[in-house]
Amino acid sequence: MSQPPDGHPESAPLVPLPRWQPFEWIVALRFLREGCTQTAFIIGGVAIGVAVIVFMSSLMAGLESNLMRQALSGQSHIQLLPPKEAARPLRAAGAATEGAVLQAPLQRLRGIDQWQALAAQMRALPEVRVVSAGATGSALVVRGDASRAISAIGIDPALYFRIVLIGDMLAAGTTRLTGTDILIGTELAADLGVGVGDKLRVTASSGADLTLSISGIFDLGNKAANTRTTYMALRTAQSLLALPGGVTVLDLTLADPYAAETVAQRIAAATGVQADSWIKTNAQFFSAVAAQKSSNTLIRSFVALSVAMGIASVLVVSVVQRSSEIGILRAMGVTRGQVLRLFLLQGGLLALAGSVLGSGLGAGALMLWQSLVRNADGTPLFPVTLPPALFITALGLATLTGLLAAFAPALRASRLDPVVAINA
Amino acid sequence: MPDEAIEAVGKAPGDTDGAAPLLALKAVHKSYNIGQPNETEVLHGIDLVLQRGEFCAVVGPSGSGKSTLLNIIGLLDRPTSGTLALSGVDTMTLGDAELTRLRGHRIGFVFQHHHLLSAFTALENVMLPMLGDAGFPNAAMAERAAQLINDVGLAPWRDQLAGELSGGQQQRVALARALAMAPALLLADEPTGNLDTVSADAVFALLRKVNAEQHTSVLFVTHSPALAARCDKTIEVVDGRVVTSR
Repeated sequence: MSQPPDGHPESAPLVPLPRWQPFEWIVALRFLREGCTQTAFIIGGVAIGVAVIVFMSSLMAGLESNLMRQALSGQSHIQLLPPKEAARPLRAAGAATEGAVLQAPLQRLRGIDQWQALAAQMRALPEVRVVSAGATGSALVVRGDASRAISAIGIDPALYFRIVLIGDMLAAGTTRLTGTDILIGTELAADLGVGVGDKLRVTASSGADLTLSISGIFDLGNKAANTRTTYMALRTAQSLLALPGGVTVLDLTLADPYAAETVAQRIAAATGVQADSWIKTNAQFFSAVAAQKSSNTLIRSFVALSVAMGIASVLVVSVVQRSSEIGILRAMGVTRGQVLRLFLLQGGLLALAGSVLGSGLGAGALMLWQSLVRNADGTPLFPVTLPPALFITALGLATLTGLLAAFAPALRASRLDPVVAINA
Repeated sequence: MPDEAIEAVGKAPGDTDGAAPLLALKAVHKSYNIGQPNETEVLHGIDLVLQRGEFCAVVGPSGSGKSTLLNIIGLLDRPTSGTLALSGVDTMTLGDAELTRLRGHRIGFVFQHHHLLSAFTALENVMLPMLGDAGFPNAAMAERAAQLINDVGLAPWRDQLAGELSGGQQQRVALARALAMAPALLLADEPTGNLDTVSADAVFALLRKVNAEQHTSVLFVTHSPALAARCDKTIEVVDGRVVTSR
């Protein structure tokens, strides 16, 4: 019986199957290849789902980081202010209140008590990166017949410009701040008709009066801020605001901006000063970001669910179609575990292939979006990145989804009665 | 069940303790829908003994329980009561995993429909039982599969997809696949039922050759009196009972 038919010489066979692939991989891949139309459609479905997830995730991450950058580049993470003055009820010896009506006191411009010790204490905190002292108050700037109310902010430029990146927002001039310099916003400059090098007279409510030279003009991206905000050297502001040696605010930046509220509460409890975090002062911004995040998560969840349903339905059909093949595999000694694994693999492979394709599609769609949607000056609306971690996460989650989706049909296949399956 | 026990099933007398027949069924009953109003008993106390190397035809009218009997003997189904022993090993006490291993190693199946996997070539189909057992493909299993394909006369078609072969060729590939693990017992459930006379004769001749050369016991279900007459032994199953045994 071992002789081959005439005209067909016996030849040593090459192993026709890849030696590195286990049985389950070989069968799973062949099943997928055989149903190539079905396979192509479901991979396409998974790819579209993953592309939507990658596109939306990148877009939302870019938008959020852009908003965050904009919000953080113009303010510190925590501001320490002197505690507000509060009226206390007059009490008699027996602790009974004698004054029934309390009038809220006016908040005078006051410095932070022992601010240098407090600043040193803040610098010692491991979470804190930069501590900058400032003296802030209201003043009037006069130029000829025109005058404008301003917020005079006295700063140490070496420290403060590490918190607020005025250098990046400069429209003209420099960020130099000697004792006679002042930085003003573009709106104020336009209102007063001044430019770099021009002089301004600044008058405080205390009656102090200074003449300062404009060293730079900045654009904070906000009309009101560009009208009111001015920067000058700390000593200049201290003398203008009649706060010799005192400061009204300590600005802090942290290693983790999102820890600001927790750290602020801790500082307030430990020191007694008022500590306002940027999270608290930008509560609306945060609720908008949170709403955006949750709607994005919801959309992604539904997309992932539809991908899972697609994979599961294809595999359910495949189990029905391949019943007799499953039966014969079981008859020839293939175990329930092997059948389970080969259908799980199909789910995982469909999802993996779809997610690889989908990641590429999502990245392509994002690049197309960036090239089409631009600012009036031709610059991108906001920078969007495609971090490798996003792709790895998308691949991992999609593959896991595929495996989970395949579990029910795989279990059904593994539990098929071989006799029933063979006769199906 | 240890591997040695599986391997011992079907060995020639002398290789093992040897006294037990290859297959022994005693008072085997099989019922479906047990405990329900439509409970049906299809096998009513079958007694059957098959010695190593015997070639036995199973005949009987359609619906008489021949296929159910073969499924039980092939460990694809379990009897409701009675005993089934392979080389003295009582299979009634074995779990699903042990039955699967025993089936894979010592029993080969050929059905009326070939049930080849259409995504694989003829050679690969024959490799599948060995691949499922070993886990990874290797040269030895490819060589054995090629040898079996040669033996059934299909060497020129070994790299053809199963679906591209004729019915007779597919049934011969199915026979080669059934022999891949060198089974002690070959169960053929009307393997010639869908074939023309020439192909049917060829498949039967192959079964006889395997039986003669490898001493593989064969249980051959057929409706053909002519083919049954060419077997060593014939049992007739009618209404779930063995009525004659020759």
